[in-house]
Amino acid sequence: MLHFLRRRLTVAILVALTVLTLSFLLTRLSGDLAISIAGPNATQEDVELIRRAYGLDRPLWVQYFDWLWRALQGDFGDSYFFKTRVARLIMERMPITMTLGLCGLFIALCVALPLGILAAVRENTWVDRSVLMVALIGQAMPSFWLGLTLMIVLGLNLGWLPISGTGSWQHYVMPSVVLSFSAIPSLMRLTRSGMIEALASDYIRTARAKGLSRLSILVKHGFRNAAIPVVAIAAVQLGFMLGGSIVIETVFALHGVGYLAWESISKNDFPVVQAVVLVLALIYIGLTLLSDLLNAVLDPRLRSA
Amino acid sequence: MSALLEVDDLRVTFGGTAAVRGISLTVEKGETHCLVGESGCGKSVTSLAVMGLLAKGGKREAARLSFAGDDIRYYDEKQMSRLRGDRMAMIFQEPMTSLNPAYTVGSQMTEVLRRHRGTPRAQAVDRAVELLTRVGITAPGLRLGQFPHQLSGGLRQRVMIAMALMCDPELLIADEPTTALDVTVQAQILRLLAELQKDLGLGILLITHDLGIVARVADRVSVMYAGEVVESAPTAELFRAPRHPYTRGLLSCVPVPGKVKRDEPLGSIPGVVPRIPPGFIGCAFRDRCSFAEAACAGPLPRRNVGPAHEMLCILPEGAGA
Repeated sequence: MLHFLRRRLTVAILVALTVLTLSFLLTRLSGDLAISIAGPNATQEDVELIRRAYGLDRPLWVQYFDWLWRALQGDFGDSYFFKTRVARLIMERMPITMTLGLCGLFIALCVALPLGILAAVRENTWVDRSVLMVALIGQAMPSFWLGLTLMIVLGLNLGWLPISGTGSWQHYVMPSVVLSFSAIPSLMRLTRSGMIEALASDYIRTARAKGLSRLSILVKHGFRNAAIPVVAIAAVQLGFMLGGSIVIETVFALHGVGYLAWESISKNDFPVVQAVVLVLALIYIGLTLLSDLLNAVLDPRLRSA
Repeated sequence: MSALLEVDDLRVTFGGTAAVRGISLTVEKGETHCLVGESGCGKSVTSLAVMGLLAKGGKREAARLSFAGDDIRYYDEKQMSRLRGDRMAMIFQEPMTSLNPAYTVGSQMTEVLRRHRGTPRAQAVDRAVELLTRVGITAPGLRLGQFPHQLSGGLRQRVMIAMALMCDPELLIADEPTTALDVTVQAQILRLLAELQKDLGLGILLITHDLGIVARVADRVSVMYAGEVVESAPTAELFRAPRHPYTRGLLSCVPVPGKVKRDEPLGSIPGVVPRIPPGFIGCAFRDRCSFAEAACAGPLPRRNVGPAHEMLCILPEGAGA
C-alpha cells in the first residue's frame, strides 16, 4: 500500500512540474507579451518601459525560475486587467466553479448509478436499450447547445429558472444539469458493465444461496464491486467538469474560474490565464491521485498489495 | 411423514439443450444421498435447480418439488430466499470465486445469521468462530478479519462449508465440497457432516465423482448420466450388485485394494457424455454401451430390480454380469 502510494505521488509531482513548465512556455510562445500588454496605441518607448517593469527583458530561464519560485508559494503576480493579485482573483471565483462542478457531479451520479444498475439488472431488454439510447444522445449533444436550449425553454418560455448570473441557488440548476450531461454517459456505461460482470459472478450466486435480500445482493454484494472503477472515474470526471465549465460559465454568465479564463484570454491577461490553467491542472492531478487512493481503499486486494 | 426433499420428474432446459431430463430423488431427514456421474451429466444443474439458483436462461419444470412437505415449485424469489441459507444451504465447488472479494470472511459468515435470525453481531461472530474451528481452521479469530484473497483455496472452501452451516440447515446441498481439500481435511469435514447428521438430523444431497467418498458416507446413491438417473440404490447394494452398464463401467474405473490385481488395466468408458437435444428418445448411453441393441433406441422402462433398487435399462436381470 505504502509502495503504491509513493509511486503514485511521484508520478503526480512529475506531471505537475510538466504542467507548470508547459503553462509558462505557452504564454511566452504566443507572441511578445510587452507589446500585447502595452496595447495597439503604445509607442516603442512604452513597450520598452513595460518590458523592463515586468522583467520581460531578462533571459527566459531566469524568468521561468523566478515565476516557478513564486508560483510554488501561491504568488501568481498581478492581473494586468483587473489590477489585483491573481491568487485573490482565483480564490474569489473558485467557489462558484467548485459549486457548479460538485453539483454537476452529484446530479450525474444520481442519474447514472441507478440507470446503470437498472440497465444491468434488465440486461438486453427494452429497458436496457432505452437507457443506452439516452446515454448515446447525452454523449452526442454539445453542452453549449443544450445550455442554450434549456435557457430558451425553461428560462424564457416557461420562466421557471433564471437564465444567467449567480444570485441564488436557482441560478445553479441549469448550468449544473448541463454540466452533468457530459459525465452521465460514461459513468452510466461503466456502472452497467461493472454490474453485469458482478451479477454474473460466483459470489453473487453465493449471496443468493445465503438467502440474502434482493437489495443486499444488488447493492452490498453487486454494486460494492462494480463501484470500484465508477468511483475512480467519478473523481477524474470532476476534474473534466471543472475544466469544461469554461463553456458553461460563459453561456450562463456565471462568474467562476472558467468565465475568468475566458475573459483573460480575450484581454491577453497572461498571468491570469497561466494561473487558471495551472490551478485547474493541479486540481485535476489531485483528483487523479484521489481516485487512485479511493481505488485502494475500496479494493482490499489492492490495499494489501 | 414426507421426506425432507422430494423431487419428481425434474426437467431443466437451457435454450435448445436439455440439461436435466426427468430426475426423481428423495432425501430423508438424516440421510446422505449421493449424486454421482461424469462431468457434464447434470449433477450441478440438478442441485441449482432444487435451490432455485439456475443461471439466466435456465428453465425448470417438475411434477413435484417439495421441501419438508411444502411444495416449493411456485415459490417466488422472496419465499425462496427465506429458505435458502436458513433451512436449506448449499456449498459450491468453486472455492476461489465463490466468496465476495470486497468483504472479510467474518462479515460474509455473520450476515447469514443476521439476515435469517436477526442475531446480534457479537453472537454471530461467536458462532462463526465455533464453526471455523469445527471445519479445522486454526486461529479462527484471525481468519474472520481477513479477506478471501488472503486465504488459500482449501481455507476458502472450508469457510464456504462453515458459512453454509451457520443457521443449522435441515438440508445441505454440497457440490463437490471436498474436491479442493487434502485427504486429512477431507476426512475431518466428512466426520463433521456425519456428526451434524446424527445430532441435528441434517439431510445431505452430496454431489461428487469420488466413489471413495460415496462408499464412506452415502446411504443412497443415484447414478446420473446425460441428465437422467440411470440407476439408484442403497449404497451397499449398488457397490455389491451394480446393474446398469454405465454404473458398472464407472465402478470398474476405480481401483479397489485387494480386488484389482497389479498390472491389470483399470476399466474405462470410451467416449464422452453426449449433448442431448430436446425430444430425444431412448437410452443416452447406447452409443457407449457394449450391450446396446436396437430396442435401446425406443422408450425405456424404469424398473425395480431389487429392494429400493431402480434402473433405467432394458437389460434383463443377470445379463452381462
